Parts: sequence; C-alpha cells; structure tokens
Amino acid sequence: MPDLTNVWTITEKELREAFRNRWFIVFTLAFAGLALALSALMQPSGLQLRTMNYSRTTASLINLVLLFVPLIGLTLGSANLAGDRETGALAYLLTHPVSRVEVLLGKYLGLAGALFATLALGFGVAGVTLALQGSLNDALGYLLTVLLAYLLALAMLSLGFLMSTVAHKTAAALGGALFAWLFLVFIGDLGIMGTAIATQMPIQTVFFIAVVNPLQMFKIASILTIQANLEVLGPAGLYATDQFGSLLLPLLLAGLVLWIVIPLGGALALFSNQERFILKGNSR
Amino acid sequence: MITAEHLTKRYGKTIALNQVSFHIEAGESIALWGANGAGKTTALRCLLGVQSFEGQLAVHGIDVRKNNKAVRAVIGYVPQEAAFYDLTVRETLYFYARLKKAPLSRIDETLERVQLTTHAAKRVSMLSGGMKQRLALAVALLADPPILVLDEPTANLDVQAQRDFTHMIQSLNQAGKTIVFSSHRLDEVTALGNRVMVLANGSLALECQPHELVHKLGLHRWLRIWVEAQHQTDTLRVLDEQGYKVMPNGRGVYVQVNASGKIAPLRLLEQARIPVEDFDLIEGEWISQGENHA
Repeated sequence: MPDLTNVWTITEKELREAFRNRWFIVFTLAFAGLALALSALMQPSGLQLRTMNYSRTTASLINLVLLFVPLIGLTLGSANLAGDRETGALAYLLTHPVSRVEVLLGKYLGLAGALFATLALGFGVAGVTLALQGSLNDALGYLLTVLLAYLLALAMLSLGFLMSTVAHKTAAALGGALFAWLFLVFIGDLGIMGTAIATQMPIQTVFFIAVVNPLQMFKIASILTIQANLEVLGPAGLYATDQFGSLLLPLLLAGLVLWIVIPLGGALALFSNQERFILKGNSR
Repeated sequence: MITAEHLTKRYGKTIALNQVSFHIEAGESIALWGANGAGKTTALRCLLGVQSFEGQLAVHGIDVRKNNKAVRAVIGYVPQEAAFYDLTVRETLYFYARLKKAPLSRIDETLERVQLTTHAAKRVSMLSGGMKQRLALAVALLADPPILVLDEPTANLDVQAQRDFTHMIQSLNQAGKTIVFSSHRLDEVTALGNRVMVLANGSLALECQPHELVHKLGLHRWLRIWVEAQHQTDTLRVLDEQGYKVMPNGRGVYVQVNASGKIAPLRLLEQARIPVEDFDLIEGEWISQGENHA
C-alpha cells in the first residue's frame, strides 16, 4: 500500500518544478492567451446570437484543446521519468525510503495538478469573458467541456509516462511523444478517412476505429455537451447517436478514463520491475 | 548490524557478486576495496535494497528482500555524485526530510553540521562539487540513521574537499555510526576504515585491517620509469643494488617507493648517467610479478 504522505511530498515537488519550468509557463500563457482571444473576438448581440456565440466559442476552445493539450500532456509525461533517469536524480531518489509506486504516482499527480492549473487558467479566462458578454448560457455544459479536456490531458499524461518508462533517453521519449501527438492529431484521422474511402468500410467500423483515438472521444463527447446530436460529424455521428443514444456520453467518458488508467497501469507495472535501466551506469 | 550470506547478483550471464558472505558489527567502519567492476557498487545497492539479489541480506535486523523501504529508512546513503532536483539547498533538505519522516527542525542543525548554512537559499545547481557532496551527506544525516553507506564519496573532490569530507565521516564513526564505504584509494581506506573487505571479480577475496592491505595485496606506491631499451638492464641493476624492489615492464621498470622517497630512484639513475624518458606514480595499485601493465 503506497504511503500517501510520500506521494504528496513528491507531488508537491513536481508542482513546484513545473511552475518553474519555462516551457510549461510559455505553454500555459499561450493557451490562456488563445482561449481569451477566441472568446473575446466574438461580438454577440441579441439572444440568438449570444447562444450561437457560446457554441462557436466552445467549439473553438475544443479545437484549441485538441491541438494543445495532447502536446503538453505527452511531452510533460515523457520527459519526466526519462529526464530524471538520465540525470541520475531518479536513481538517487530511489535510495530513500520511498517505493517506486509512490514515486510514479507522486510524479503523475504533480504533473496532473500542473495541467489542471493550465486548463483552469485557459478555460477560466474564456469563461469569464463569455460571462461578461452574457454568452455563458450553459455553465454546466461548459464545466463538462472543461472536465473532458482535463480527462484528455490526463490520458495524454499517462501515455507520456508509459513512453517515459520504456525510453532510454529523454530525446527518445520526447521523439516518441511528438510522433504520438502527430499520429493522434493528424495522421490517425487522415489514415482512417483514407482507408474508409478506399475500402468502402461500413460506417459502424469507421466509427469504432475513430473512437479508439482518445482525441476523437474527447471531440465527440465535447460536441454532445454543446448540441444534442452529432450531425456535424456526418454519417458516423448519426450512426453513433442512433446506436447509443443517451449512453454515448457516459461511454465516451468511460473510454477516456480507460485511456488514463491503462497506460498509467502499464507504466506502473514496467517501472516497478525495472532495475538496471533505472540505476544510471553499469558500475559494478 | 549487517549480515550477508551467499549474496549473489547476476546481470544476465554476468555475475557481479558471487556468494559473498560477511558480518558487520554496529559502530564499525568497513571499506569495500576493489578495482572498477569488482562489485563494490552492486554490493552497496543490494544493501539499499534497490536491486534484486540471491542469498540472504539483513540490515539492522530487517530482511532487505522483504522490506527494502524500511532498510532505506535506517541507512543514510551518499553516492559518488548525487544528482539533485532543481531546488534550493533548503528545499532539497525539506523534500528529503519529509520522505525520511525526519523532524523538520533537524534541517537547520544538519545544514550547520555540514557547513552549508550560508548556502541554504542557493539553487543546488550553483554549488561546487564539494558542497554538493556535503549536501548529500546532510540528506543522509537528516533522519539520524544508525548506518551510513558511501559509494566512493570523495572520488570527485579536490584535495581540500576530500580532507574535509573524510574528517566529517571520521567524526560520525566516532559518534557511533556504522559506516560502509567503497573506495579504491588507499589513503581513504586507511583514514576511514576499521576493516577492509577486498572484492575481486564479484567475490570476497580477502578481509583484513587497513594497515595489512599494503602487505597482503602487494599494494605499494610504484614509480613507473621509462628508459630506452638498451638502458633497461643497467636501470634494474642500479636500483636493485640500492635495495629497491624493481620489475621490468616493457620499455621501462617499476620501482617500489615509499611516500617520502619518490624522487630518490630518479636521482640514482641521474648519477648513473641513465637518461630517464618519462615517469609516473601509481598509488596503491596491485602489481604482481609478470603482470603486463604496458
């Protein structure tokens, strides 16, 4: 059973380091700045326009999340353990009365806290702007979008941690993270679309292949928070609405949770059994 | 205090430790002596429970295999070169004090003890090698553990820093701490150790007192002198006539010297008009007849 005091001690240390990390600060400010710009540039007037403004701003924020959040989650996670292993800090930490599970959980929770701060700031400034414009007409839906974005961030962080446990060098871990980001954001979608057209794949197959990607899970779930159906996604969206109805959103939420738990569980299992890999050098 | 029975560690087909057994009493200061690759670091990692092993190992009455975390709570560890996080000196001590469940009030006391009080607000990355090593010692002492394990603790320090660090470890041993340290420096072993365990190729080759190490292993200061091939026989004769232990080696000779007489063989060769091309000093190395060191 992990000692929660140790987990919290490491979490605090990770948070402190993240808030001193220049790249993290730059990313957070860029995300907040773009979120503010997207919400402030809409000029609503009239009730109908205000409703449209909310949907359009939230849709823009969803696209912003799809691009930015996986990148920061993957890179933060992948650089963490691999970086500490490369400097020797991880080997030194493990010579103290702390277990590997405590170390990994503490690090994960610390970075999860840092990502929460990033999203809270970005969505916070956008939310306040929408409220000042009188356009925040579905506060609960907005909060649900924030929750979904946070689940996506945690899923990407888990994937980054998994890469970090298997990569020998920080550069390799970061390279893997960037490839995963490219694949999930661009190549995966294009590949599915191309294959679907070339092979005339049934629509249900297209849908199931698409929702394996956590970014698609987030996108579909987020669209459901701002409109009742998935017409905007074409036949696949209509199929999903018809097939799953009101169960679709809970299923997508569960899917995102699985994307958090499975890679993190894999990282824990691998990290707990690594020995020589962690101990820097092969000195006998 | 520490008991190992048939301690064995394999890395694939390589055996890093082979059936090593030993017992260390409370208050002893034990040196693990051996060349690079002899198994010193592996033995220390086994003590800390950070790697798997075969055999039995108990530290302070705790079975290392069953409860490695508890073992690390009774050991303060100082590596050859500690890698710290990007924190200040005080933040670093605060972080490790919490992990070790040490009273936070000990932070100032420990800083004072290793003479880092004036550097408490500095980032660790700004410290010199000697200061970082003192910080590692401070971290090790936070929970006032009964055992200190040090892996070549002065290997990367300059002479003054080595001397200061050695004095600190000596005083800790005098205060009752059990010390286990690895080294391949004769002066360090002599200054710090009560007993020496010699590891060779993963096996415990010898246990002795530090002052016996020189005699039992044939460890001496050797002067390696390079002369032209036609002068080698004369060189050996001249030095042998003056009572030096000499051995031919490639183009040169090895001459066993004592600490205060390193220059004397060179003067003898100068008087005998034998030109010396080059020389260097080998401290505490195991040199045996017929071994090729060229």
